Amino acid sequence: MSILRLFTRSARRSAPAARERLQVLLAHERASTGSDLTAILREEILAVIAKHVQLDGDRVTVKVDRDENVSILEIDVEIPLDAARAA
Amino acid sequence: MGKVIVVTSGKGGVGKTTSTAALGAALAQRNEKVAVVDFDVGLRNLDLVMGAERRVVYDLVNVINGDAKLPQALIRDKRLDTLFLLPASQTRDKDALTEEGVERVIGELKRYFDWVICDSPAGIEKGATLAMRHADVAVVVTNPEVSSVRDSDRIIGMLDSKTLKAENGERMEKHLLLTRYDSLRAERGDMLKVDDVLEILSIPLLGIIPESTDVLKASNLGAPVTLSDARSAPAQAYFEAARRLAGEIVPVTVPGEKRGIFGKLFGRKAA
Ligand SMILES: Nc1ncnc2c1ncn2[C@@H]1O[C@H](COP(=O)(O)OP(=O)(O)OP(=O)(O)O)[C@@H](O)[C@H]1O
Ligand SMILES: [Mg+2]
Repeated sequence: MSILRLFTRSARRSAPAARERLQVLLAHERASTGSDLTAILREEILAVIAKHVQLDGDRVTVKVDRDENVSILEIDVEIPLDAARAA
Repeated sequence: MGKVIVVTSGKGGVGKTTSTAALGAALAQRNEKVAVVDFDVGLRNLDLVMGAERRVVYDLVNVINGDAKLPQALIRDKRLDTLFLLPASQTRDKDALTEEGVERVIGELKRYFDWVICDSPAGIEKGATLAMRHADVAVVVTNPEVSSVRDSDRIIGMLDSKTLKAENGERMEKHLLLTRYDSLRAERGDMLKVDDVLEILSIPLLGIIPESTDVLKASNLGAPVTLSDARSAPAQAYFEAARRLAGEIVPVTVPGEKRGIFGKLFGRKAA
């Protein structure tokens, strides 16, 4: 084993770091630069929910994730417990 | 009607031109009629890689402007008579390519050729968007390296939104061509692995081209690597990719992965 070490530098592997950084970065970039579609959806979804529930504009996130065959639209709405409004 | 392929990447210098020439020559060796089209206006290079730089008379922009007819601008390869090149111009005028002009030329090429392979310039500007605009299939050339993967992701987003196919609500067929792959470094954990890149980009794999001096040798000689040294590792990988493009089902081999202990210790295979 010791002879192998001589040749394979025992430094930390950098590929896993590259992979992780890319996954985080691209999840973010796909959501933000994805298209105007996410912005439009966000506005309209917010408007619909706001008719029934009082909520903060920052608490709605719309993300588009990509798969080989489909895009996944992920909508996250945070509603405070006391915000339910009579419709 | 022929198929239009765009070879694209976002990032520069990852191997688009090399791949366009190699895939074009590989498909032409199957006796299919192939036109490779250089969209890198101002920085043409496909003519050099194909060894046709001294035979350029007219170019894509001349055809678009009506200064030349398509058959006058097409250069037939000296080695393969089913392979043709439509060179880019060296003009500095970025607006030389027009949307209507490109549409007309691609439409005409599709009638005569089985494959029209468009070598995209780097970047996400007009040249790159026009090169992908009329494509039926995209080959996304990526190096196993963070900035290349990021740019490929961006380009995939554009392929899904800015192409005619996407605008018509159709699905753009996209394939990953992983180039300059060094399996030794990937195995050591110093380079992103095939599976890492595939997982991140989520498009099907067309092929893995090894990092190899044979590619440089081929470009020095002015021949696509699939012509100059058909038995070399990168040529074999491009032949495999071409078969997949043509619809054959071929298992993907990771070049150089079956190296023995000596290969592992001392780097490259003797071949
Ligand atoms: N598999 C490979 N192994 C070794 N070198 C390679 C490989 N593929 C490409 N190269 C080299 O990388 C350089 C860039 O290649 P190429 O011109 O094909 O890239 P490109 O994506 O077309 O660049 P640009 O964005 O400037 O148009 C060239 O010197 C080429 O010889
Ligand atoms: Mg190029």
